[in-house]
Amino acid sequence: MMTIEEFSRRLRAGEITSTQVTEECLRRIDADNARLNVFTLVMADEARRRAREADKEVASGTDRGPLHGVPISIKDIIDIRGVPTTASSRVREGHVAERDAPVIAHLRQAGAVLVGKTNLHEFAFGTTSEDSAFGAVKNPHDPGRSAGGSSGGSGASVAAGMALASIGTDTGGSVRIPAGVCGTVGLKPTLGEVSIDGVVPLSRTMDHVGPLTASVADASLVYHALLGDARTAPPVPMPMHGLRLAVPRKYFCDLLDDEVRARFDAALDRLRAAGAHVDEIEIRHAADIAPVYLHIVLSDAAAYHAHTLETMPDRYTPAVRLRLEMGRYVMAEDYVRALAGREVLAREVDAALAQHDALVLPTLPIVAPPIGAATVEVGRGREPVRNVMLRLTQLFNVTGHPAVSIPAGPTSSGLPCGVQLVGCRHQTDVLLKVALACEPQITGVSVPRGGTSGG
Amino acid sequence: MTIDAWLQAAIADAERRGLPDLKPVLETLAKATTALRAADFNQSAVDSRQSSVEGRRP
Repeated sequence: MMTIEEFSRRLRAGEITSTQVTEECLRRIDADNARLNVFTLVMADEARRRAREADKEVASGTDRGPLHGVPISIKDIIDIRGVPTTASSRVREGHVAERDAPVIAHLRQAGAVLVGKTNLHEFAFGTTSEDSAFGAVKNPHDPGRSAGGSSGGSGASVAAGMALASIGTDTGGSVRIPAGVCGTVGLKPTLGEVSIDGVVPLSRTMDHVGPLTASVADASLVYHALLGDARTAPPVPMPMHGLRLAVPRKYFCDLLDDEVRARFDAALDRLRAAGAHVDEIEIRHAADIAPVYLHIVLSDAAAYHAHTLETMPDRYTPAVRLRLEMGRYVMAEDYVRALAGREVLAREVDAALAQHDALVLPTLPIVAPPIGAATVEVGRGREPVRNVMLRLTQLFNVTGHPAVSIPAGPTSSGLPCGVQLVGCRHQTDVLLKVALACEPQITGVSVPRGGTSGG
Repeated sequence: MTIDAWLQAAIADAERRGLPDLKPVLETLAKATTALRAADFNQSAVDSRQSSVEGRRP
């Protein structure tokens, strides 16, 4: 994977052009999309035109910032003017977006080249990207396995070199989960920071837009572009010596695949060896996370889909339809209980961060599950895939804290797994400074990933 | 409404609507609702101390 930082440097040095790199992305899409099912729409003509414009601007001395000429894919749940926003659902047949979502307008202003729209779990309501009107997204590391979800096509597009970055959405982990199982970085900013206008909602109170990239520095560049601040350079890493990290071991490390646990513990050892203090803390109401999350997301989703569940129920995939129908039976008093639990959980995470720079925990308890699996073996038994995949990410959608997943190296079977860092609310930039410092220790790679590769 | 009463009514409604596949899903939701109602952050009208959720911060 070429990083955006490397692309940007080489573009300005005249070593590469946006057209060349965009053509390479389109070549990889052409070669692998039929096999991996990553894109719902390839915007080849527009991408070529934008890349040529970007190159002309560079030649004439116009510089739009770090994303100038960068090929980026967009989850097909975000509006791009003039093309369908399918949400990977037949329910959306015939829809064409009338205007760009604000995040798309910001990317265009930053000079990004949009290569296409990526496949997802229907209406972002799932963790595997299997239930889709376009069929399942395949993991580039093992096409028999899920690319995660719901932004599975986004994760796969970056991992397969079809784009230098992708824009996903995250309501329970849908940026961090595909990042974790595809081996990319995935950033969920603080709740409310990045506009969700022009995004098909799953839960308006927990939806986030965020980038999937090859490095933390790239995630910072794309995050700032999404905010409309395209010229910001990556922040300076926080000094490792004296960095205060906290592991919420109880609950969050109770149920882990042995190899994921080993990769996580190895990352902690490297962080300690580099000078970080690693304490253990407890989120007292951790056992209540899943019920709180479930009652909120089900209610929010059911309200949005109530009309189409009545008028075109057969257009939903069966599993997503059932989950949406479940939400129509949540009682108001239980929704209110979940809102109370949400406040308690947010304050417990705030308290855990009061004496620490970040929480550190695995992104997922497992590696990518086989496509079609309903349950997965983890710990001493079998657990539902959906519950396991959401287990470590959904808390921070409930509470709104920013969180970033960083690759923690492959398991013995060559499958990626991730480590998550979580920061204080409204301090996403501080979290990115911590993540920049921790990235080499978490990945176990001393040179910047992508820094020596081309194409 | 108790969870048992709710679950019976919900399953009956799902069957009436021609959605028998909802039964196991609703049973899963009932377990989650049971856990939610058992959480110690819930308040009741007979609580000796009335306070906001914020006031009972951990």
